[in-house]
Amino acid sequence: MTEHFSALILLMPLFGALLVTLLGRERRTACWLTALVCLAASSAFAIGNICQVLASKSGDLRYRMGGWQESAGYEVGIELRVDMLAALVVAMVVLVGFVNIIFAKTRVGSEMKDKVAFFYALKQLLIVGLCGIVMTNDAFNLYVLIEITSLTSYALIAMGNRRAALSSFNYIIMGTIGASFYLLGVGYLYIKTGTLNIDDISSVMQSGDLWAHPSIMIAFVLIMLGIWTKMAFFPLHGWLPNAYSYAPGVVGSFMAPLMTKVMVYVMLRVMLWLFGGEYVYSSGHIWGELIIWMSIIAIIAGSFLALACTDIKKMLTYLIVAEVGYMVGGAWLMDGAGILGSMYHILSDAAMTFCLFLAASIVILRTGDHRLTAFTGLFRSMPLTMTGFTVGALSMIGLPPTCGFFSKWYLISGAIEVGHWSYVAALLFSSLVNAVIFFRIIERAYFGRIEGVESLPVDADGSPPVVLDRVPYSMLLPLLMAAGSVLLVGIYNEVLAGWLRAAIPSL
Amino acid sequence: MKLFGFIAVIIVGALLLAATGDFPAWGDAGSPASQGQVSSFYIEQTINETKVPNMVTAVLADFRGYDTMFETVVIFIAGIGIIAVLRTFGDQASKAPDGPEADNDSGDLIVRTTCHMVVPLIQLFALYVIAHGHHSPGGGFQGGVMLGASYILFALACGLPAAKRRMGERRAIIIAAAGIIIYAGWGVACLLLGGNFLDYTSLDPILPGDEQMARSHSMLVVEIGVAFTVTAIMFAIYSNLSTRGRLEKGL
Amino acid sequence: MEFLAAGFIEENIVPKFNYWVYVILMMIGLFAMITKNNLIKKLIGMAIFQTAIILFYVSIGVKAESGIPILGHEQHHEIVEEGRASSEVIKKEKFANPLPHVLMLTAIVVGVSTLGLALAISQRIYGSFNTLEEDEILDQLRPGGHD
Repeated sequence: MTEHFSALILLMPLFGALLVTLLGRERRTACWLTALVCLAASSAFAIGNICQVLASKSGDLRYRMGGWQESAGYEVGIELRVDMLAALVVAMVVLVGFVNIIFAKTRVGSEMKDKVAFFYALKQLLIVGLCGIVMTNDAFNLYVLIEITSLTSYALIAMGNRRAALSSFNYIIMGTIGASFYLLGVGYLYIKTGTLNIDDISSVMQSGDLWAHPSIMIAFVLIMLGIWTKMAFFPLHGWLPNAYSYAPGVVGSFMAPLMTKVMVYVMLRVMLWLFGGEYVYSSGHIWGELIIWMSIIAIIAGSFLALACTDIKKMLTYLIVAEVGYMVGGAWLMDGAGILGSMYHILSDAAMTFCLFLAASIVILRTGDHRLTAFTGLFRSMPLTMTGFTVGALSMIGLPPTCGFFSKWYLISGAIEVGHWSYVAALLFSSLVNAVIFFRIIERAYFGRIEGVESLPVDADGSPPVVLDRVPYSMLLPLLMAAGSVLLVGIYNEVLAGWLRAAIPSL
Repeated sequence: MKLFGFIAVIIVGALLLAATGDFPAWGDAGSPASQGQVSSFYIEQTINETKVPNMVTAVLADFRGYDTMFETVVIFIAGIGIIAVLRTFGDQASKAPDGPEADNDSGDLIVRTTCHMVVPLIQLFALYVIAHGHHSPGGGFQGGVMLGASYILFALACGLPAAKRRMGERRAIIIAAAGIIIYAGWGVACLLLGGNFLDYTSLDPILPGDEQMARSHSMLVVEIGVAFTVTAIMFAIYSNLSTRGRLEKGL
Repeated sequence: MEFLAAGFIEENIVPKFNYWVYVILMMIGLFAMITKNNLIKKLIGMAIFQTAIILFYVSIGVKAESGIPILGHEQHHEIVEEGRASSEVIKKEKFANPLPHVLMLTAIVVGVSTLGLALAISQRIYGSFNTLEEDEILDQLRPGGHD
């Protein structure tokens, strides 16, 4: 049984989604319970998967779908490949999904009305897609799974108001261009190598010495352009802020931490395993330096755009754009520490973005106001929520012992090792801007005065919410779990970094 | 905007064409993609490994069956997503009249009669396409689309309410989910019998024939699952798009 | 000059016309997606764009003088009688590469699904803005507009 863990991680939410649609839109609690149980099982399998990777000698698990053995050294079927990085990212995806299901319980009724079952189904299918992306070792299968995540997120975003529908439409246009470029890049690789398995493509390119061919370079550029569009790397970020900030609250708080991070993972996968560090970082290409400068621009532009925002969710989405810049820059530093920082930042950024989005959703629900001024005096009325928010904020700024500090630490030490001082300066600048942004909010929340505390809007199904902070436990608990994970990922950074370091292939 | 778009398009186009310099020419049998080990394996070994003469079906439903499962999920997502985005529930006050005579409440007599004659033929042919995918071009997707099209034709000719009595929304969703449950459930059955997910050979003990025949039979099962989902979702997409999610009269 | 151009066409365009066709089609689609104002025209561009990629993939599966990748009836019966096929019985030059066809079946399905969902979303946009022209929608959303 244990060897099937990687397949079972995917299958649990898949069957969960099907069951939810069969249950129908009347049985909301049953739908919620199904989703909860399936994701809990999936989380358990994901954690078991981490243990298995740790126990395995080679450091990566392979699972052949359909049991097809390789023929003459080539995979004829589709293979899953789970190394430490993949195991951690998968665990991150399902755990965030699981916690978010708890969080969604009280909100989903009023935000989705009659469509609760569809929401749970689409959400679980999104998790299936994300887990599949992380684990697959087949370049074309990756495309199918990218499209699964895209289609579910288009639908989930468009379930919001009319502005959400419009931003979802723009997301479709951008997302299709991105995915098609990726598909085209895979096609170019297929023409030159005749296989689709990532390891096999890599070894054919190695043995056939295809590196000098211009078509390989163009395939790389196409794949990168596609992935950057999907992860909202700066000049291609146009779809992200609107899509995530106008999406329904329960959707945004789930997609914002995961989508861009998983695409960063795909980028690392393509760079280090498909093409290999030797090719990507070889000095013959002009792109290395160029892309670091692009990420510096992304970091600075994202920070400035965030600074200019008065809407809390928009501000957070622009911070995501800046964070994507961190990770892309780190990955291109041509240095083990930079790559490690980039990998570690995938985990820590997911934790802190999740924490901040949950806190922001609670505040918006509670005050009915999505501007930054809504935070005035909130430490008095909602101390626990604000504690969670502060933990996330401190991590964004990069103060120890939160995970944000350590990921910045790895990134900066990587940049210093290769002597890329402008990247260091951009990181520090962005920390400074984050400090300005968040201390402004925290100061307002701590010292600001507000008279009277309104009552919580009663839920659509009429159940009176349990009051602590005047927020239902089902929302407060996920926030505290997210805040706890920010601290845990930070405190155990040595362990995580050790695991991840083993996963980096030699450059 | 126009100029910017034009420049962007020219740059991308030039980039794409620049790569063709070292691509194989049209129809080159010696190109890596055609000559490669993977392609040769599919062509030469499919019949030995699966006993299916149609290599495309074998690659689709067996070698890359995991991909195809997600392909079915993509269709499912499209259907569920369209209902989630577009459908407006709640105002179904005007219940359509029941009974067979209600089929005749709309449309032209000639169109209706022709439709009643053509629909069974389409459906019969669709079933043939699904079942004969092992030996000729066809399979679950193609047959499923035809079945879905027969429902759409019926809705066009006799009105959506009449078609809805044959394929209601709830029923469509159940059929669509059932299709993927057949597919993925078949994979889980392989897993329970000791193989990997979708490893059809492990079903050998419960299926007639040898291991290769087990693969062949299993392909038929998963193709049927695919056809279920595609049929239901095609009709769901049509009925929602043509009524802006209200599912009343239709076109 | 004229001679050079003729040489270029003969060497790079004629034997590789499939790539030129797909790139031109794809760029028409991309241009529509980027520049058109009407949302439905954007979607038409998207459909052309995706179809061009399908064309590209299918064209790389072609081998000169090969047929469809399905065994004929006689050949199939021959193999059934013998019990096992060898590479003498099945000549791989005679069959087109099956893999691109399988991949494109997936891509077609994805294209249809994306298009369907996009149409549904544009219907919702039309329902709430009463227009499908992007500039008019943005006008309505501007603070101080009709909204």
